[in-house]
Amino acid sequence: MSTDEILSFDEAMEKYDPVLGFEVHVELNTRTKMFSSAPNVFGDEPNTNVNEVDLGMPGVLPVVNRTAIESSIKIGLALNCKIAESCRFARKQYFYPDTPKNFQTSQYDEPIAYDGYLDVELEDGTVFRVEIERAHMEEDAGKLTHMGGATGRIHGADFSLVDYNRAGVPLVEIVTKPIEGAGSRAPELAKAYVAAVREIVKNLGVSDARMERGNVRCDANVSLRPHGRERFGIRSETKNVNSLRAVEHAVRYEIQRHAAVLDSGNPVVQETRHWHEDTRTTTSGRPKSDADDYRYFPEPDLVPVVASREWVEELRATLPEPPAERRKRLKADWGYSDLEFRDVVNAGVLDEIEETIAAGASASVARKWWMGEIVGRAKAADVDPGQLGVQPATVVELSRMVEAGKINNKMASQVLDGVLAGEGTPEEIVEKRGLAVVSDDGPLLEAIDAALAAQPDVAEKIRGGKVQAIGAIVGGVMKATRGQADAARVRELILEKLGVTV
Amino acid sequence: MTEQNISADTLVRLSAAQLAEKLAAREVTAVEVTQACLDRIAAVDGKVNAFLHVNAEEALAVAAEVDAIRAAGGAEAEALHVLAGVPIAVKDLIVTVGQPTTAGSKILEGWHSPYDATVVERLRAAKMPILGKTNLDEFAMGSSTEHSAYGPTRNPWDLDRIPGGSGGGSAAAVAAFEAPLALGTDTGGSIRQPGAVTGTVGVKPTYGSVSRYGAIAMASSLDQIGPVTRTVLDSALLHQVIGGHDPRDSTSLPDPLADLVAAAKTGSVEGLRIGIIKELHGEGYQAGVENRFNDALELLKEAGAEIVEVSCPNFQYALGAYYLIMPSEASSNLAKFDGVRYGLRVLPEEGPMTIERVMGATRAAGFGDEVKRRIILGTYALSAGYYDAYYGSAQKVRTLVQRDFEAAFAQADVLISPTAPTTAFRLGEKLDDPLAMYLNDVATIPANLAGVPGLSLPGGLADEDGLPVGIQLLAPAREDARLYRVGAVLESLLEAKWGGPLLAQAPDLAAAETLETQEAK
Repeated sequence: MSTDEILSFDEAMEKYDPVLGFEVHVELNTRTKMFSSAPNVFGDEPNTNVNEVDLGMPGVLPVVNRTAIESSIKIGLALNCKIAESCRFARKQYFYPDTPKNFQTSQYDEPIAYDGYLDVELEDGTVFRVEIERAHMEEDAGKLTHMGGATGRIHGADFSLVDYNRAGVPLVEIVTKPIEGAGSRAPELAKAYVAAVREIVKNLGVSDARMERGNVRCDANVSLRPHGRERFGIRSETKNVNSLRAVEHAVRYEIQRHAAVLDSGNPVVQETRHWHEDTRTTTSGRPKSDADDYRYFPEPDLVPVVASREWVEELRATLPEPPAERRKRLKADWGYSDLEFRDVVNAGVLDEIEETIAAGASASVARKWWMGEIVGRAKAADVDPGQLGVQPATVVELSRMVEAGKINNKMASQVLDGVLAGEGTPEEIVEKRGLAVVSDDGPLLEAIDAALAAQPDVAEKIRGGKVQAIGAIVGGVMKATRGQADAARVRELILEKLGVTV
Repeated sequence: MTEQNISADTLVRLSAAQLAEKLAAREVTAVEVTQACLDRIAAVDGKVNAFLHVNAEEALAVAAEVDAIRAAGGAEAEALHVLAGVPIAVKDLIVTVGQPTTAGSKILEGWHSPYDATVVERLRAAKMPILGKTNLDEFAMGSSTEHSAYGPTRNPWDLDRIPGGSGGGSAAAVAAFEAPLALGTDTGGSIRQPGAVTGTVGVKPTYGSVSRYGAIAMASSLDQIGPVTRTVLDSALLHQVIGGHDPRDSTSLPDPLADLVAAAKTGSVEGLRIGIIKELHGEGYQAGVENRFNDALELLKEAGAEIVEVSCPNFQYALGAYYLIMPSEASSNLAKFDGVRYGLRVLPEEGPMTIERVMGATRAAGFGDEVKRRIILGTYALSAGYYDAYYGSAQKVRTLVQRDFEAAFAQADVLISPTAPTTAFRLGEKLDDPLAMYLNDVATIPANLAGVPGLSLPGGLADEDGLPVGIQLLAPAREDARLYRVGAVLESLLEAKWGGPLLAQAPDLAAAETLETQEAK
C-alpha cells in the first residue's frame, strides 16, 4: 500500500477551495425487507433471514414495502424535499455475487424525494445550509466476507462467503448537491452534516441509525479548486466512512491529499477511495467514471409508487419536531446556559429532562438530578442514562421529599439507589431504611449532650464565643444519628444548650 | 372400475368439462382419468416429446384423494372444485415443488424450486392432478420449440413439423390427447401460435389478470400465463382457476375475475361488432390461412355479428418494438442465472478461478444460441448512448400500438385475425433464419405490447397442406369474457360444419412416423 503525499491542512486551505458532496445511505428499520416478506433483522445467523425473493430464485417477483415508502417520504419531508407524485424503480445492472439478481432494484431518474435542504449547525452555532439533490429508495446488497487474504479485500482472498440477510434491506440514499463555501470548516461541516442526517432519521424513528452497524453509511466526495475558480475540480469518492469522527478525518485527509496532487501539477484521479481508520488515510479503490454503464431501465415487475397529496400531508402531520428546532426551544424554555445545555445534549438526557419537567420538576432540579446523580450511575453501569430505569416521577418525588425537609440530599441519593435496586417506591425505601430526617428534639438533645460531654474543650470554646468550632459537635451528632438529623436544627439546639446567641 | 367402463381411448379424448361432469356423476374416477392420460403419455410421447418430466406418482395420489373425498360424500365432496380430478400439464417455465423445473435450459438442469408458482398453488387447491412439465423453447424464446435444450417437440398433426413455440410442449400434449388441459405462458404469442398450428385453443389473458409469480420471467412487461385446451369452454374453466388477484405480483390486477364460464356459455354473438384488423391479414399470409379466416368471418356474420374493418397502422412497428423490449427485459431477467446460488455451475477450464470467469463459463455453457442472441441484443439496446434510440423508441411504439387498439375498440367489441401467418412449418426450416422465425409472431405480438387479451381457436385445415389454421380473437383489457363468448360461438359453428372437433381429423399417432423413421426403414 503506497502512501500518498499530503499537504498540511492550512497550506491546502491557503491554496484551494474545497467542494464537498455526500451520499448517505440510511437503512430503514422496517419489519420486513424492501421487496420481500423476509425479516429485516441485523446480526442473525448468515442466510437465515432470506426467502426465495431475496435469493433471486427463478420466477420470483418483488412487492414494495409500504412502510418503507412511508419512511422514505418522512425522510424527504424532514429534509424539506418535494415528494414525487409518482415515481418508478429501475434496475441497476452489474454482475456481482452480493446482488442475487445481478441487478439492484433502485430509483434512478425518478427519486421519491428531491430538491430539499438541511440547515446544519456547527459547534459555534453557525448555521450552514446543505442543499439536498434527492433521496431515493433502493435495496441493500448482501454482505461478502473475503477469506484467506491479508487485507480482507477480494484481491488476494482464497474464497468469499456471502450472507444474503442484508440483501433486500430497505435503504434510502440521500444525495447532496455540491456543497460550496465551507472553506476550512469543510471537515467540521462534513461531520455535522452526517450527524444531522443521523439525528433526523433517528428522531423520525425510521432507522436505528447506529453507524457501527452500518445503519447509516456515508460516501464522501471531495474536490478542490483554486480560489476564485468556478469550475469544480476532479473529485474522489471515499466509500463507507462509517463514524462521525471518520467522516471529519476522511474529508480532511482527502483535502490534504488532493492539494498535494494538484501542487505536483498532476490531475486528481477520479476514483473511489477506501478509508482506513487505523492510519486515518485513504487508499485508491477502483477508477470510477461518470460513464459507468449500469444499463438502467424501469423495473417492469413493479408499478409506479403513487404518493397522493393527501397521503403526503397525513405523513407530514405525523412528523416529530425537527431536532434542531426542538433544541432551540428547550434551551430557551429551560433557561440553561450554553455550557449547561451542551452538557445535557452530550450526556444524551434531553428527553429525560423534558419528561421530568413535564412530570412536575423545575428545570434546574431536573438538570441537577440527571446530570448530578443519574448520568454518573449510568456511566458506571455502562448504559445510556435513559436505560438505567429511573422514572421521571421518581425524580420528582425525591426532589419533593428534599424540599419538604423530609430527607436531605444525601439520603435522597441513597433512596435512588434503593429504587434502582428494586426496593420499592421512595416512600417505602425511606420507611424501610429508616432514613427520615430526625425532627423530634428528644433524641437529638441526648445526642448533643453526649457530644458535648465527649468534647468538653470544644464546648468551652463555643461558650467563649468561637462559634465556628461548632462543626466538630454537629459532626459528632450527625455521626451518632447516622446522618438522619437535620444539621441546621442540630446547630440551633447546640447553641441554645450552651446559651450562645449569634 | 366403474360400471360404464369408458375406454381409456375415449377418456383421453374428452374435454375437461366433459370429464368434470363424469367425475361429478361418478361415472369415472379421477384415478382412471389420470391413469389414462399417463398411459397415453407412455404410448405416444416418445414420438411427440411434449413432456420433459412426468409426475405420475403425485398425480395419481391427488387423483386418489379426490376419489376418496367424492366416495365419502358430504360437505367436503360438495366443496370440491368443478375441475377436481381433471389432470393438467404445466409448461416447464412455471415452478413446481416436487418436480424439476428447467425452463428448457441446461442452466437449470436438475433444479427443483423450493416454492410453487401461484398458479400451481391454485391448481393444487382445486385438486387437479399435475401430469408433468411440458417442453418449450429455452426460457420461452422461440416459435417452434426447437430451441429446447432437451430436443424439439413434434406436431401431432405431422411429426416432421413444429408444434409452434415457445409452448409447443403444452399445445402438443393437449393435441395428442396426453392431457385435457395445460398451462402455457405467452410473451409474444407462445400460447396462441402453438394453439393455431396444433388445432387447439390457447388464451393469453389480460396482462395482470393471472399472477406471474413463479413463471420464470422472460419479459416481465409482456409475459402472461394462460390456458391451453381443446375447447373454448375448457379454457374458461381453467382461466377461472388460475386467474384473480395475487398480492405477490405487483402487476396483478385488483379486479375480481368476471364469470368467464358463463361468458363461454352465452351462445350468441348477435349484434356484436367484430373488427377485422386490416394490417393483420392478406399480404404475407398463406392462402389456406386466409381462406379459413374468411370462412370464420362468414359464419360470424351469419350468426348475427356485424363485421367491420378497423385499421391499426402502428402494428407495422410492433414486431420491431417487441424485439427490442423483449430482449432488453430478458437480458436483465436472465442475469440471475450465474452459477452462484443454484443450477449449473461450470468452472473455467484454465486460468484464474475468479467469480467473473465462473459466471462467464457457466453462462457460456448453460445458455443456448437463441438465448445468447437475445441477451446480447437486449444488453446492447439498454447500453448508455443507445437506450433512447432503441428501448426508448420501442416504448413509444408500444404506446402507439395501445392507442391503435383503443381506436379499434371504439369501433368494434372484439377484433379478429388469423393467429399466425402460416400453418406449421417443418422442423429445421427456419432454425437458421431468426428473422423468418420472428415473423411468425407478427399477429400475436400487438396484444402483448398493449396488454390486451387474445384467444386462438382452430379455424379448420388449410387447403394446400391440410394443417390446422388458427383464428385469433382480441378484446379490450379486462374484457376477457368477450373472447370466451365469441370464441365458443365460433367454435360451435365450425364444429357443426366439420361434424365434430377438428382434432378428430388428426392422424392416428400410433401409426404416425417421422421422416427419419420412414427413411430408416
